[in-house]
Amino acid sequence: MTIMITRRAALLGGAGLAAGSLALPAIAQNAPIRIGGLTTLEGPFATGGQDAFRCVQMELERINHTIGGRRIEFIRESSNAQADVALARARKLIEQDNVDIILGPLSGAEGIALRDYSRTLTGKTIVNGSSGASDTTLRNPSPNFFRFSTDGTQWMAGLGRHIHGMGIRDVAITAGDYAFPYAQVFGFNLEFCRLGGRVTQYWAPLGTTDFTSQIAQINRSNAGAIVIVHGGTDGLAFMTQYAQAGGSKPLVGGSIMADQTMLSARGPHRRVMMGMLSGGPIADIIDDPTWNDFVARYRRRWANEGGFASPSIHGVNYVTNLYGILAGLRATNGDLSGNQAAFQRAMAAAEVTAPTGAAVKLDHNRQAISDIFLNRIEERGGSAVVVAFDRARAVNQTLGMPEAQFLGLGSPSRDNAGCVA
Amino acid sequence: MDLAATIVLNGLTLAALYFVVASGFSLIFGLMRVVNMAHGAMYLVAGYVGYAVFEPLYDRDVWYAWYAGLAAGVAFAAVFGAAVQVALLGWMQGQELRQALVTIGLSIIVADQLLAFYGGTPRQFFAPDAIFGATQLPGIGGYPTFRLVQIGVAVAVGIGLWLLLNRTRLGIMIRAGVDDRQMLGACGVNVPLIGIAVFALGAALAGLGGVIGATAQPLAMGADGRFLLISLVVVIVGGMGSVTGTAVGAVLIGLAEQIGQALFPTYSVILTFVIMVAVLALRPQGILGRA
Repeated sequence: MTIMITRRAALLGGAGLAAGSLALPAIAQNAPIRIGGLTTLEGPFATGGQDAFRCVQMELERINHTIGGRRIEFIRESSNAQADVALARARKLIEQDNVDIILGPLSGAEGIALRDYSRTLTGKTIVNGSSGASDTTLRNPSPNFFRFSTDGTQWMAGLGRHIHGMGIRDVAITAGDYAFPYAQVFGFNLEFCRLGGRVTQYWAPLGTTDFTSQIAQINRSNAGAIVIVHGGTDGLAFMTQYAQAGGSKPLVGGSIMADQTMLSARGPHRRVMMGMLSGGPIADIIDDPTWNDFVARYRRRWANEGGFASPSIHGVNYVTNLYGILAGLRATNGDLSGNQAAFQRAMAAAEVTAPTGAAVKLDHNRQAISDIFLNRIEERGGSAVVVAFDRARAVNQTLGMPEAQFLGLGSPSRDNAGCVA
Repeated sequence: MDLAATIVLNGLTLAALYFVVASGFSLIFGLMRVVNMAHGAMYLVAGYVGYAVFEPLYDRDVWYAWYAGLAAGVAFAAVFGAAVQVALLGWMQGQELRQALVTIGLSIIVADQLLAFYGGTPRQFFAPDAIFGATQLPGIGGYPTFRLVQIGVAVAVGIGLWLLLNRTRLGIMIRAGVDDRQMLGACGVNVPLIGIAVFALGAALAGLGGVIGATAQPLAMGADGRFLLISLVVVIVGGMGSVTGTAVGAVLIGLAEQIGQALFPTYSVILTFVIMVAVLALRPQGILGRA
């Protein structure tokens, strides 16, 4: 019965809106701006996707869903971290929900699919959510795709050098077999191998939940440390089984491993994650007033509604990209006319401050140049937190290498993982 | 050498889990001729319900937390399975396509309800201290005790099913039902009631697999589809409706998965399906299936 009423009310409301806009085309400027949010509420990154929407909702509530005098309507859609599903949902947002801008997706291969889709669109813009494959913006970029968050390769800036500096010369790398881990492994290897380190790589498809045979191989190898580039349930499975197998090698985590989505799940994996080193665009504890304010607001808003102890990497990336959209809308006073040309120009020129306090600006491919943190997992007040102990400022997509040389290394893949001496 | 032994043991322990889940699927198909596409949903629902019972007890640190979770999960799955048979499938007996579609719909609804109710956070049971940690094995070294327990559970399930089907009156009726339902009914046996019992038993096995599986690997959305697919592959390879066949299928698939992961990780998924295709091409009824 409730559903009936709601549906009828919605239909009436929709009809009313349609009639209104037909009668008075002049008020188009005051019609709401429709932003479609696309994240993963299903599949291995469901918790990260949930947190992304939490953070976006919080920031939209903060500006009262209004910018440049226009209301923002946020339409939620979910995928499961698979590129084909993300593409179908993005089409639904554009074609059926008629959104102006898509904020998303969350995962690497999805980002590449949506980049390609954005090229076919006119007068619509896709702004990344949290996906971090490097080729999304580095090779064959689309004029309609913007990314205010940094990519998986950037997130590893400084980590390979740091591990080498600890005297470790051999590492085992276990990673998911898709676009985002390729980028992360590439970033790590680029520094580590250049300094003379040796790596052995173990790939597993996204969605693997039994890693015991891989763990048995790694534990018998002479690796001085393990670099783990898994996330979500895959990451949790790996860490739990590693703990059960009694592993004791020093651990280095990819950016979605050392994160609240992992640390907030209960289990024996927490014990082995203590002391884990990682790199990424955020940490739980960053000595920065902007970040402290963001965390305090997040906790106030979500503490009683299922929020994490501290915002997740996905939440922060979505918000950073939302800030990019808002900066563009603010500069043009919410004007999306002319196939969004003025809005896109304004976004390309925008300089925003991420929730972490990091300055963000875009390069000529509309890809973020921003700060990267080196982190360690520590015990603070009885719970595990990720603490930033170093910060590399203004890291670009080629890690400071001339772009032609970086492109010459080829696209990151399982057979081209950046380990060039 | 010890690495090879570890990988084989990993394959066998994984096979044990697959066997527990798939045996329920095979049992239901054997008697009822229902391809129960909601089998994965039963795995998932048992895991979540079991966890809801387990977590508060675990927080209070009582020793029987895991066992209580296990019992709750299995019991809930059994009741759920019986309810599905009574309310949905019983009155469309013999209409295979319709039943398959109904169970697919059911599994989608169950998964979405679980997501709405429990959220997307992955959950994992922690086994009681007695079966947690590592056991020293000759030639292998430390090996997770719980994975050995999995083998024990699978063997117990296998022997139990064999005894049930071959040594009890219920088993005789079930086997008679496989061959000729109408004649069994004419002998005065309440066939629909047996159907409900078999469905409850099959679902309980899925539930047992759900709690055991959620102790060995994280429990999250999507596990239903994965275990349904595995059950299908296992019974297709082993032979529909045969307990021994299911065991053979589970061992083949479990070993293939783990050996594949060690030797050629990227393509290990394909190996499973290569086995299935080979079996379908050479022996369509399955390795131990009846023609």
